[in-house]
Amino acid sequence: MKILVCISHVPDTTSKINFVENNTKFDTAGVQFIIGPYDDYALARAIELKESSGATVTVLNVGLAETEPTIRKALAIGADDAIRVNAHPTDSYFVATQIAEHAKGYDLILMGRESIDYNTGVVHSMVGEMLGLPSVSPVMKLDIDGTTVKMQREIEGGKESVEATLPLVAGCQEPIAEWKIPNMRGIMSARTKPLNVVEPKAVDAAVQFQKYELPPPKGAVKMISEDNVAELVTLLKNEAKVL
Amino acid sequence: MAILVFIESAEGKIKKTSLEAVAYAHAMGDKVSAIALGTVDKGELEAVGKYGATKVLSVADERLNQGVIKAYASVLSQAMEAEGAETLVLANSSLGTPVAASVAIRVNASLASNAVELPNTNGGFVVKQSIYTGKAFALVDMKKQKKVIGIKKNAVELKEVGGNAEVSAFSANLSDADFATKITATEKATGEILLPEAEIVVSGGRGMKGPEHWGILEDLAKELGAATGCSKPVSDIGWRPHHEHVGQTGVKVAPQLYIAVGISGAIQHLAGVNSSKCIVVINKDPEAPFFKAADYGIVGDAFTVVPKLTEAIKAAK
Repeated sequence: MKILVCISHVPDTTSKINFVENNTKFDTAGVQFIIGPYDDYALARAIELKESSGATVTVLNVGLAETEPTIRKALAIGADDAIRVNAHPTDSYFVATQIAEHAKGYDLILMGRESIDYNTGVVHSMVGEMLGLPSVSPVMKLDIDGTTVKMQREIEGGKESVEATLPLVAGCQEPIAEWKIPNMRGIMSARTKPLNVVEPKAVDAAVQFQKYELPPPKGAVKMISEDNVAELVTLLKNEAKVL
Repeated sequence: MAILVFIESAEGKIKKTSLEAVAYAHAMGDKVSAIALGTVDKGELEAVGKYGATKVLSVADERLNQGVIKAYASVLSQAMEAEGAETLVLANSSLGTPVAASVAIRVNASLASNAVELPNTNGGFVVKQSIYTGKAFALVDMKKQKKVIGIKKNAVELKEVGGNAEVSAFSANLSDADFATKITATEKATGEILLPEAEIVVSGGRGMKGPEHWGILEDLAKELGAATGCSKPVSDIGWRPHHEHVGQTGVKVAPQLYIAVGISGAIQHLAGVNSSKCIVVINKDPEAPFFKAADYGIVGDAFTVVPKLTEAIKAAK
């Protein structure tokens, strides 16, 4: 079985978000980049499937050269080889087009439910639609039995059991697998694993990001004594007007 | 130009976020038709007119009582064509979001997700969307003629603008391939207030010391008509089910009021709650970082403060 895991290269979840160049660019100063946390779950499940059933795992990232340390980390975790589509990921349609271009021939195409920078949560569905394959998201459990894929999908207030056949696209989230931490042997071997750089398919983005904004700063917290809880209720009613 | 709005229902009721999608489309100023899939009560569909839909298409196909993403995308694409609608509006949800993506590819549309404001059509079609898990916004110009807009909860104020809508049956051509993904079982909390849609949320963290102490939070939630949530460590240890985990990698909530009890306020948790209108933090540690993100705070022991708060709310009614 051939598994493709698509990973995003995103700021660490604890990063302070700022913009530069008149609020048109993300400020990368002091920001550490990681494999998207949801993509990391997808990768972990792919490695489990590799260990249990001898699958091969390829990781794919759409990004410029700066994403290579992130890709190498995925190789250190256990992927066999990697593809980097050499382009700035302008929007979800552009990224989905690039993934679809390289995903043919894979049995299972996994990625996170969403990237944690733009949160659009649509790339997996777009890829499925482009390739005419079933796509399921957000998937919190995924097991393969022959060509049947049994999944659990999170829905508001519960879960749904879903079945489809390979090939298939899935957007993953916890608790599909435990994140894997690369060991020293993995890190050493990742240096020599194939990382193929390919040029993107020419396609126009469907949307254009013009500008970014930060939310207005939060006012100071109003502290209330634990002996005067009734005051909180009054404030919630009359001042915040939320009760 | 007509706008089509996909409305979702749960337990026979049209979801509030879907009504917000109708109100959003109405505020865009065009003729609004809504579409509901599966069996939904006619009175419930007619009432969608109050928020600005003149017509509601009902696709009463029993196979659509389950949210099969491809089948839904197929019906919506056909309905856009039949209605001459160039724009589809829907609420982002576990069903709405993937459906929006599939439709966008099928009809060759630009897609915006998590829109928080009405589009600015002054020299383009610019939508403000929430990004970085609520930590920032992006202004996005939707370039294509056709558009699919997913809206975030509270993107627009819900107010009544009209009377009943005219309900008409719509039939779509569906093939077996549309149902290739089979939903074999659904486990869903019934009669509960669902966390992603709740107006008030009461959440507990590790400071609650164990699942056996959740009763006081449930009492408070019941008194407020709130949903209950929890922090990531709490769902990781298994004190509470995963679908209650609020945070960066869990449920993102946007209630009027968020009450956090015994949660320190790690950035990962804050990312899931920063769209809340008002945040109350109860923690015995005065240095808990969550106080910096709160509107109101109480330093104190949860086991004494929470029951007192429940009583105070009861008394104020």
